[in-house]
Amino acid sequence: MGQRIVIAGASMGGLRAAERLRAAGFTGEIVAVGDEPHLPYNRPPLSKEALASEVTHEALAFRLRPAVADVTWRLGVPVVSADLAARAVRLGDGTELAYDGLVVATGMRPRRLPVPGPAAGRHVVRTLEDARALRAALRPGVNVLVIGAGFIGCEVAATARTLGASVTVVAPEDVPMRRPLGRDLGAALRRRHEGHGVAFLLGRTVRAFLGEERVTGAELSDGTRLDADVVVEAVGSVANTEWLEGNGLELSDGVLCDEALRVEGRPGVVAVGDVARFPNPRYDGVPRRVEHWSIPTDTAKHAVVTLLADLGLGDPPAGPFAPLPTFWSDQYDLRLQSFGAPVLGEDDIRVLEGDLDGEVVVGYHRDGELVGVVLVGMASAAARYRAALTRASVAA
Amino acid sequence: MRVIVDMNICKDHGQCVFAAPEVFQINENGKLVYVAEPDESLRDAVEEAADVCPLQAITIEG
Repeated sequence: MGQRIVIAGASMGGLRAAERLRAAGFTGEIVAVGDEPHLPYNRPPLSKEALASEVTHEALAFRLRPAVADVTWRLGVPVVSADLAARAVRLGDGTELAYDGLVVATGMRPRRLPVPGPAAGRHVVRTLEDARALRAALRPGVNVLVIGAGFIGCEVAATARTLGASVTVVAPEDVPMRRPLGRDLGAALRRRHEGHGVAFLLGRTVRAFLGEERVTGAELSDGTRLDADVVVEAVGSVANTEWLEGNGLELSDGVLCDEALRVEGRPGVVAVGDVARFPNPRYDGVPRRVEHWSIPTDTAKHAVVTLLADLGLGDPPAGPFAPLPTFWSDQYDLRLQSFGAPVLGEDDIRVLEGDLDGEVVVGYHRDGELVGVVLVGMASAAARYRAALTRASVAA
Repeated sequence: MRVIVDMNICKDHGQCVFAAPEVFQINENGKLVYVAEPDESLRDAVEEAADVCPLQAITIEG
């Protein structure tokens, strides 16, 4: 009795950590701190359904299990600093919270383009408020400029086009979603977008945004000038780790963890979600951050076992953390599903079933072995391929 | 234990199938089918399925 665990971050990873702590029998105090004013909610709809129609927090909120009813939620206030040696964090309102165990779950924020020009009219998609602001601007006939041809950019492009906006996508790569899908599938998906009327200006970057009070367009690296009423920046994300500075941690790309998800061997400190950079022995020992929806749940399950063992409240994890990465993307009526690590097999990509311009299963191989699968449609085949990956690619 | 899937929300991702194959299946048409009153011994798997549903369409009663 009397132990306190602070969870820095009140989104999906923080919630899953709290649930797992209670499920594992932790009876001490749990305090979850989040800079957003909301209880944890589901973000994938923000680039899709929540742009197409009014979506409330209530509709997106994760259900709160009875077991987490006694968690203290400190919402609307960020964690601004931590002293890992003294085991305390400081919040934006000056509150100091001592802890016995700390869960780092502060996630990511959108990267912003460091180019000159007005700020008004430029959007990102990460929070419910971001989606509401963008939704208000997406009307039939407006010119939407999407910067970035990754999944978020392409999902926003599809949604905006479906709503009747004119949509242009600008990105430095030559094929949308090239990583991790590869050139051929990316090119096929570009053709689908073009069939819906989306224009692509690839191999280019934005040099400046145009306009006085608000954005009216953009000038690209090749000198092209585009009109735009709405700009969406979908150019990746930045880990929220500034609050951990001053503790001697390596914070160049998220929080470096060992295979138990302990932060750089610091007992009593673990990380969950997309801020955690961890090795996956399923593939190799290279620590990577993984921005997939499944990761907060997977990491929380493992990290909590580590944390409770560090606090003397249980046994350590039976084995290393070795999740099978999974993500999906919905664009128009297309469902993409990915299992495994396509990015590790991008030099040997084969169509396994179907064809690239219809429903298709694409396999990604390393040394002849299947390491990743992407399905477009073909939902009934997903379980079969996922099972094959689960069996095959657990390395020694 | 009673499982309810809001089929107005469900988009047939099938993540629940991986978590609790005894309860959830994707049929040959790519649509979700499930056992509405699974055995209590499957509770952990069903809870997991509810957690991993991308649309959060699964609720558990009782």
